[in-house]
Amino acid sequence: MGVARYWREIPQRYNLIGTKCSVCGTIYFPPRAICPNCRRKSAGKMEDYKLKGTGTVESFTIIRVPPPEFEGKSPYAIALIKMDEGCHLTGQIVDCNLEDIHIGMKVEACFRRIQEDGKRGAIYYGYKFRKAKE
Amino acid sequence: MRDVAIIGIGMTEFGELWEKSFRELVAEAGVRAIMDAGIEGEEIDAMYIGGMSSGMFVGQEHVGPLAVEVAGLEDLHIPATRVEGACASGGIALHQGYISVASGMYDIVVVGGAEKMTDVAGGSATNILASASDREWEAFFGATFPGLYALMATYHMHKYGTTPEQLASVAVKNHYNGSTNPKAQFKRKITVEDVLKSPLVADPLHLLDCSPVSDGAAAAILAPVEVAKKYTDKLVRIKASAMACDTLSLHGRERFDALPAAIHAAKKAYEKAGVGPKDIDLAEVHDCFTIAEIIAIEDLGFVERGRGGPATEEGITSLHGEIPVNTSGGLKSKGHPVGATGIAQLNEIVLQLRGEAGERQVKDAQIGLTHNVGGSGGTAVVNIMEVI
Repeated sequence: MGVARYWREIPQRYNLIGTKCSVCGTIYFPPRAICPNCRRKSAGKMEDYKLKGTGTVESFTIIRVPPPEFEGKSPYAIALIKMDEGCHLTGQIVDCNLEDIHIGMKVEACFRRIQEDGKRGAIYYGYKFRKAKE
Repeated sequence: MRDVAIIGIGMTEFGELWEKSFRELVAEAGVRAIMDAGIEGEEIDAMYIGGMSSGMFVGQEHVGPLAVEVAGLEDLHIPATRVEGACASGGIALHQGYISVASGMYDIVVVGGAEKMTDVAGGSATNILASASDREWEAFFGATFPGLYALMATYHMHKYGTTPEQLASVAVKNHYNGSTNPKAQFKRKITVEDVLKSPLVADPLHLLDCSPVSDGAAAAILAPVEVAKKYTDKLVRIKASAMACDTLSLHGRERFDALPAAIHAAKKAYEKAGVGPKDIDLAEVHDCFTIAEIIAIEDLGFVERGRGGPATEEGITSLHGEIPVNTSGGLKSKGHPVGATGIAQLNEIVLQLRGEAGERQVKDAQIGLTHNVGGSGGTAVVNIMEVI
């Protein structure tokens, strides 16, 4: 991955900055330029919006055969997470036994290393999720 | 709009075809279809070729002129367009070819699809296939392609009680069908136990829940029905061709237990054709993973939502069931050279409707359907064919 490609998305990946449609109030992550509810009315009216980082597991899987960038890191869990703001995203679940992950589990975002460009390349960080504090 | 018929079909064997290049695969499928149609090369007006990623698989883009050159048609300078929609590329080529003939723009059109996937190592193939998902918001975080379908499987199992055995029964059925298809990559029968004992790729999907990495190409020749009568008595007409798109990412969709784009394409195709799910005699559906076929037969209305698993286990979709699904062996057993798949599905339906499917012939097949999906459901193409 090019460094610029990674750098452009630092706000989203480090701080979960999505967008809010200022017409209908719907919150999106990843950010969107147009709100699918309001379409042309929303053009130019999408504002940055920082997600709280908490959500619920809607579905999950354990990746046993990883892509080359994640070689040596499997097995790891990938989940579809419904954020408390209503939008969904895809992320890893960490800091727990893989067997304990379940649909309905409350999770919170944490800042982690995601992947790297080989031994000498850039290290890419971003969000993963862990079990939310009670 | 004019009625469009399929006057010729052809495909290569699917599999790990190390001795054959991308170019040779394109040539073989194209020539077979032209021979089958009984047309001369100079009658061809245009070509549409589906391919997902020849650029990453073999370092070759610009597939249009490659196809023109292998067909020896460069002197005629016919237009050839490569179309891409991940694993639905072949279906899109058919859809585009259909539009071009139906509109009156062209008469004889070649639609094809090709992919040469085994020139790269397994890890690279995984990475290339991940480009059908959302690279920045899915693959970046470690989601693989089987992983996305596994998310749908976990969701479906939780919501409807679908079991691993029911998932496995899709693979068992499709391998049984594929065992009678000389073009299939895997011609061996398997059992539910074989599937469940194979290694997990992305829970709950085992290796034998997944379609393979394959090489292969397929082609078909389209013509207006009036012109088609000149070439063949066994006329198969495209009753409807519909395509629909959705979000690129799975997480962006309105639901995870279905592919809304497939539901939408099916609805449009049924409306255009003036038929419903009960009128379909057989279907080739996009079983890139076993869960995908279960969701497909629900999206197409063959069974009620949530009943895909039990229905498969009960044999409703088996070769001699109420609605035979993937008589060719499907992507699972026939193989899945991604760009070729949509056209290979058409090959099977045309064979069946002509009554030329041999051992796996569905009796009195009159109306057949193809369901071709790109990515985790970002693109879907549904075509309905009938004997006339």
